[in-house]
Parts: sequence; structure tokens; C-alpha cells
Amino acid sequence: MNAADSAFRVCPTTGLKVHKDADALIKANAVVATVALLVGGIAAILVLLTRWQAVHLLSDVMFYRWLTIHGMNMLIFFILFFEMAVLYFASAVLLNCRVAGPKFAWAAFVLMVAGAGLVEWTTFTGRADVLFTSYVPLRAHPAFYLGVILFAVGAIIVTTIFFSTLVIAKRERTYTGSVPLVTFGAITAAIIAAITLLHGAAIYIPTFLWSVGVMNVDPQIYRLVWWGLGHSSQQINVAAMVSIWYLLGALTAGAVVLNEKISRTAFVLYILFISMASAHHLLVDPGFGPSWKIVNTSYFMYMAVLASMLHGFTVPAGIEMGMRLRGFTEGIFGWLRRAPWGDPGFSALCLSVVVFGFVGGITGVTFGTEQINIIAHNTLRIPGHFHATVVSGTAMAFMGITYYVIPLIFRKKVAFYGMARWQPYVFAIGMLIFSLSMTFVGTFGVPRRHYDISFAGAPFGVEFSPATDLMMGLMAIGGLIAALGGGMYILITVWSVFFGAPLGADCTDKALRGSVPPGVYARPFMELPKTEVELKEHGRLGVAPGTMVLVFVFLVAFVVYYFANWKLLSDTWQIG
Amino acid sequence: MILFAMMPLWHLRGGQNPSGTRARVEPSAYVARVQQFVRDYGTGATDGGIPVVAPPAGADIYLLGAQFQWTPVLQLEQGAEYTLHLSSLDVNHGFNLFPFNVNFQVVPGYDYGLRVIPTEAGSYSILCNEFCGIGHHLMVGRVIVNPVGTASAPEASPAAAGGGQ
Repeated sequence: MNAADSAFRVCPTTGLKVHKDADALIKANAVVATVALLVGGIAAILVLLTRWQAVHLLSDVMFYRWLTIHGMNMLIFFILFFEMAVLYFASAVLLNCRVAGPKFAWAAFVLMVAGAGLVEWTTFTGRADVLFTSYVPLRAHPAFYLGVILFAVGAIIVTTIFFSTLVIAKRERTYTGSVPLVTFGAITAAIIAAITLLHGAAIYIPTFLWSVGVMNVDPQIYRLVWWGLGHSSQQINVAAMVSIWYLLGALTAGAVVLNEKISRTAFVLYILFISMASAHHLLVDPGFGPSWKIVNTSYFMYMAVLASMLHGFTVPAGIEMGMRLRGFTEGIFGWLRRAPWGDPGFSALCLSVVVFGFVGGITGVTFGTEQINIIAHNTLRIPGHFHATVVSGTAMAFMGITYYVIPLIFRKKVAFYGMARWQPYVFAIGMLIFSLSMTFVGTFGVPRRHYDISFAGAPFGVEFSPATDLMMGLMAIGGLIAALGGGMYILITVWSVFFGAPLGADCTDKALRGSVPPGVYARPFMELPKTEVELKEHGRLGVAPGTMVLVFVFLVAFVVYYFANWKLLSDTWQIG
Repeated sequence: MILFAMMPLWHLRGGQNPSGTRARVEPSAYVARVQQFVRDYGTGATDGGIPVVAPPAGADIYLLGAQFQWTPVLQLEQGAEYTLHLSSLDVNHGFNLFPFNVNFQVVPGYDYGLRVIPTEAGSYSILCNEFCGIGHHLMVGRVIVNPVGTASAPEASPAAAGGGQ
């Protein structure tokens, strides 16, 4: 070992050696991510209470401002700071090695915080009421674009450090064989991040120059390149989320990986096809022809969707197999009934898979169809879709892994553990009500990003169907429940990290039961049959009948929703 | 596999496609074209302070999105085919035909020409569904589709169209 051993600590629970810089970097990024989540969450409640027409809390200016704040903090700062922590974890911790260039890592962290600070300052002071997408030629203060650029540069440095750390691990032989699947998933996320951030640079640097009056930016080109950033960055989330699915599956239920090759190929599909898929934001734009739209967007997108469906099958099937291997073999769903539903890591994982797939996946593929996009573009159906994917999917998975990060990285007991057991359910049920109501209300044509759909003061009155009022009310209630779940999460994590009881040296069941998730001390993955031969034999028997049934239900729901949308479309005026 | 087939199929058989004709246009030139359109087929009346235009069947319709108004108000005939041009004076806008929920992106510098057949008579609104500034939620336009027959007289002499209210 080249590095001094004093730079490491040995994790008493898992026996992994943890580099102290990695430890500190993970903590720092996680803390900032939580702060962003708190700011974005407050913004969420304010925006929600304004769109709920019965309350209509904010003024129009404040509504659009808080909506901008909500988007930037949730979708950029919370998620990306968390993903930086995931990158350090998947490289240095999982591979037992030191972080490459810790000084650069800290510099990157400072850059990202500074960039985020500039963005917060410009938005809070009303210098950037341009919403998350900041479509040119809507104009924000140059410092807003500069902030985004600094943040992106910091993130690029972190991905570079991530790859360098992998090289170090390889060279210093801190692991044997190929990298673990979770690390492979993180590699996927990092590669997509690099592509995405280059798109970001390609658009935000010219836009910054435009904002100070040096050059011109074409609005359609902006939309094209911006979405190269905007949607690909969601694929970073998906890759990170799926990596966490595999990790949580193993930690909580002893899930096995059915077929490494399939899972890895699915990750590669993400890298290959996702940039093109970004173009589904431009399906009803004037700049592009139909063949470009169909081929470039939807067909390539289906390859990425195929990848998600593969993961959506292998993760639950892996859990089913793991449970069966550990003896829970009765019936089709015995494994599911006996699964550790009280473990917040496991419940978060399952809810994440289900809501992401059923709500986010189905709506996403349907809206990404060239013609159906006509009846979906920029309506509330779109935020309905992405709250199911990014919030109930990605954020939910991040929350689940946090309950393991607290004891394993921060070496603390999980505060209010009884509440933590409920938190994923509260959050997921809230988000489910929220995104379903949003999707339905969007079907009536209610626009997204809209201050007042009663149109008071507009030249013509517009009366939405009374059903929309009911649905908007439901949406608000669902949103508030989810916000409660988010608040619980923040309380638990902040309390655990800053005021929580440290985990003693005693790692037995007795010492830990009721204060950390059971996966930490029960370690179900240790109970699996060990030898290759044993595993292979089970693998060949390896049907996962329960998962097959679930997948069938999913496909039926998909087909019904897909064709219902073609029917809706055919009822409108003829157009095109 | 079904997903792969549906999109081209709908292009051949379906009535709703987002293809249209696409061209670049200077915002100032597009504004001039809209003014010409209002002069050609304007009824002289205004609705909500916005000029009303009753183009004949088959005409090219020019609709302008600008902060925070859709210009002009359109009177169309049920079942007739038009070419609807969309563009913007300033920033991105979103064309949302209420209550049918038909949505298109309106981008400054680009002329999006869509063939349109209003299949049902009635009064429709055009909402803006792309954030375009603080007055975004006040941006509402109007389209009135007259039932077949009622607007046949003005159709004979389009320039003198008097509106079929």
C-alpha cells in the first residue's frame, strides 16, 4: 500500500478500509445537498400553495421566482451534490483506495459551492426570474450564468478525480477481478455527466457572453443544446439511482445480480443513446423535421428505455432470487411478503422502483412519442412525469441509501429510527398522489409553470373543467404529504449527523437493533450460498416467477395508457 | 415494437402530426407579415382590444406571440383547411389550444406552418404554456370557429369579410 495507513480507518461493520479524505468529502457534499434540499423544499411548499387556486399564496413575481429557486435547488444542487458523494463512495470506499488529488477534490467542492452561491444570490434578489430552463432570449444577470458555469466546472473536476481514483485502485491492486456492478453504474453516471457537462459548457458559456452583450445565441439552438444538458443530466440521476438500487438490494435483502453482463450492457445503453433522447423535448418545435424527430429522439430513446426496463426487471428479480436463496421460497409472492418492509432502505428501494417504473416510465415513454407530445408538451403532465422519476425515483433511492450512509460513513445511529421506518411510505404516497393528479390535470390542458389558471385580468376568460379544481386540490394535498415526508428526512439526517449518538465499537445485533436499519447488522448478503457452483445451480433454476407477474402487470398498464393517449389525440382538430 | 411502428403509421394515416413547414424568419419580418394579414382579412372589429381577422378557407393564417398577447383574434370556418403560422416577436411562447389541449412551441426567429382543420365549431382560447415573463399567465388569445354555412357569404369576397357572429 502506497498511502500511509494513518490516512485510512477500517470500517468495523463491513471491514472496508475508508480513506479519511473520501470520508470527509462524502460528508461535506452530503451536508450541502441536504441544505439545498431544505431550500428547494421550502420553495416547493410555497409554489404548491400558490398553484392550489383556493390558497393562491404568492404574488405572480414571487411565484416565478420561487419556482426558479425550487428547480435549481432540487434538480441541480441537491441531486448533483449528492451524486458527487456517490462518486466518492463508489470509487474510494467500495474499491478500498485513496482519493486521487484530494486538494483538487476540495477545490472542486469550493467551486461548486461558489457557483451555487452565485445562482442563489441572483435568483433570490430577483436578478434571474428565468425559471430553471432560462430559455434565451429571456435574460438573467450574467452572474447567474457564471454561477452555473463554475458549478459545472467543479462537477467536471470531480468526475475527473473519480476516474483517476479508479486508475489508482487498479494500479495499487486494491480490488480483484472487474469493478463491482455498483461502481460500474457510477462509471456510467460519471461518463454521462462528462457528456452532459460539456453540453452545459457549450451552451452556458455562449449564453454568458450573450448576457454581457458580446455575442448572439439562436433560441432554437439554445433549446437543442440546453436539452443536451437538461435531459442527459437526468440520465446521470437514473444511472446513480439504479446503482443505488443494486446496492440497497444487496444490503437490505441480500439481492443477487442475476446476470452481470445484462446489467452492465444496460448501463452501456444509457451512455450510447441518452443524448439523442434529449431531443424529445423538441418534438413540437419548429426547428426540426419529422424524420429527425422520430429517429433521433424516440427510436434512440427506446434503447435507453429498454435499458431501464432491463434494470427494472433485474433489480426486483435479483431481490426475489436473493430471498429465495436465503430460504423464503413459499408460493409466488412469499419472498415479497417476508421481505424487510420495516427497513427504510428496503421500502425506499421498492417504492422507488415501482413509482419510477409505473408512473414515471409509462408517462415518459408515452409523452416521448412524436404525435402524443402534441397533447402533453408543457402541460402539467410533464412535471407529473418528472416528479415521479426524479423525486419518487431518484430522490427516494437517495433517501433510502442515506439510512445506510449514516451508520456506515458517519458512524452515527439513525435518530428517530421509528420515524425513519415510516418516512419512505409517507414521502412516496404523497408523491404518488401528487404526480398522478398532476398528470391527470395536465390531460385537460392545464399549463405547467403558470401562476393563475383562473386567468383573472386576462383579455379572455378561460374556464377549465371543474374536475381540474378537484385534481389541483388533490395535487396540493399529495404535495404537502410529500413535503412532510421530506421534512422528516431532513430532520432525521440532520439530527443524526450533528446530534446523533455515535455507533460504539459493539456491532452486534443487540447493540444496534432499533437504532439502525437491520441490513447494517444482519448483513443478509453474507447468508447467501458462497460457492460459484451453488450460485450457478440456483441461477439456472433461476426463474423469478413473482417478478414475472409484476412485469406482466406493468406491461398491461403501459399498453392501456399508451393507446388511451392515441385515442385522446385523435379527438382533437386535424393538424400538421 | 409497437412503439417503433406507431409514429410513422400515424404520419400516414393519422390526422395529428407535428411536422408542418419550417422556416427561419426575422421577428420584424414576421410582424410585418402579421400586419399585412390583419389588413387583408381584418373585420375592422376588435375583441378584448385585439383586432379580429376572418380569413377565407385555404388561407395562410399568421399568429404572433408577443409578451403578453396573441395577435390577432381568429374567426375560422368549421371543416375548412388553413395553414397556421406561428412565431414570436421576443421570447419563447407556447401555443396551447384550449380546451383541446393541442400544444406547439413558438420560437422567435422560426416560422412554424401547420395545416389545420377545425373539426368542431365553438369558441376556443389560446393559452401560453411556455414561461415568457411575469405577465405569462395573462397571455390568452381567442379563436372562434363558425359552424358550416354561416360564414359562406363572406367567404365569397374575403377582403370584405364582415365576420359571421
